[in-house]
Amino acid sequence: MIWDWAFAFEILPVLARAAIVSIEATLIGFALAASLGLVLAVVRIAVPWTGWTISVLVELIRSTPLLIQIFFLYFVFPKFGVVLDAFTAGVLAIGIHYAAYCSEVYRAGFDNIPRGQWEASIALNLSAWTTFRDIIIPQAIPPIVPALGNYLVALFKETPLLSAIAVLELMQTAKIIGSETFRYTEPMTLVGLFFLAMSLVSAALIRSLEGLLNRRTMR
Amino acid sequence: MGIRTLVAMLVIALVVIGALATQESYRVFMPGLLQGAVLTIEIAVLGSLLAIVMGVLAALARMYGPAPLRWLATVYVEIFRGTSALVQLFWLFFVLPQFGVTINAFVVAVLALGLNVGAYGSEVVRGAILSVARGQWEACTALNMSRPQMLRRIILPQAFVAMIPPWGNLFIELLKSTALVSLITLSDLAFKAQQMNQNTFKTIPIFTLVLLMYLAMSLVLTIGMRLLERRASIGLARGKAA
Repeated sequence: MIWDWAFAFEILPVLARAAIVSIEATLIGFALAASLGLVLAVVRIAVPWTGWTISVLVELIRSTPLLIQIFFLYFVFPKFGVVLDAFTAGVLAIGIHYAAYCSEVYRAGFDNIPRGQWEASIALNLSAWTTFRDIIIPQAIPPIVPALGNYLVALFKETPLLSAIAVLELMQTAKIIGSETFRYTEPMTLVGLFFLAMSLVSAALIRSLEGLLNRRTMR
Repeated sequence: MGIRTLVAMLVIALVVIGALATQESYRVFMPGLLQGAVLTIEIAVLGSLLAIVMGVLAALARMYGPAPLRWLATVYVEIFRGTSALVQLFWLFFVLPQFGVTINAFVVAVLALGLNVGAYGSEVVRGAILSVARGQWEACTALNMSRPQMLRRIILPQAFVAMIPPWGNLFIELLKSTALVSLITLSDLAFKAQQMNQNTFKTIPIFTLVLLMYLAMSLVLTIGMRLLERRASIGLARGKAA
């Protein structure tokens, strides 16, 4: 028989443990991407002369493959005396890569704030920091939450790349099971199904979140 | 980012690659990396062609196909958008042979990347078709055009313009995803880089050159799509003015 249920159930707990590593990598990576992206977007507005540099930086990060960036961090950093373990290097690379995408999302959010809000803040003599914290960010973030959510799902789907530097996440575990037992059908299919299930669930969550936010911001 | 800045970045990238290549410590890696880059480009081009075909077919099937075809197209799009490209690549490479279907790695690479990006592309095509003004559809009906005629002559040429920028992004994604094929033993640019790195430990020159090469390829693609967009929208503006 091509599909062996007994074998599938046998490897399920092993894969489930590996899935936790994948999810950890996703959450840490996304926390990094979301915060670094916000910093990039805010710096761009707060310090106008950095705008060009940041655009070029974002373009550079977005134009080169994530896999190469992972290798770069993993292999090149030790040359400068910074030895990162595979998980840290991988999550850092994913976080920085997606920070570039997220910064563009934040920028769109900030661009949608009417000029009058900035002018009113100046008229009220608010400091730049207070303006961002109390006026701009609370208005700019809710509309872009769905877009950020899409990047969270995209980032999650990139975590199998960590298997290339031997992080024991889902894909690497499936590959190891495959090479030990010469059965690839069950582990690979289960990994695929896991990603499919997670993506469909998160897509549904994002859609309902979008509905919720639209209702709240409609006045 | 303006097209001038992009061209400037491309020129700088190429000049830096050229300048580095004059140095002995960099030059030794150039032939191998260029060989890898050729395979990367081949996979990217064939994958993009497959993606366009799949994107258009899946979109049309979902919008106008009979129920079973519509259902099939939806399943295709959800599966390929819902799982990661690497999982799809490995599944085709490792699992299909166990069902007695053995395809060589190059075909697997083109298939996996083309099908993956095609699934995203079908949403682009669908969105672009739906964005064509209602009046255009009504006019076609009034002129008693059949649906294929309507799509071919009126709707698709207009939808085409709206599709260019998102397809440009997808092609870049595809180009970047070609780095994944190094993990199924194809000796593309990423594979060559890793191989040379393992043999020589000259990490910095190798990966600097590889990043610059990918950057140059992406920029060529971005600039090309910008020019195509500019050219295609000239006709549209004229059409609107008339």
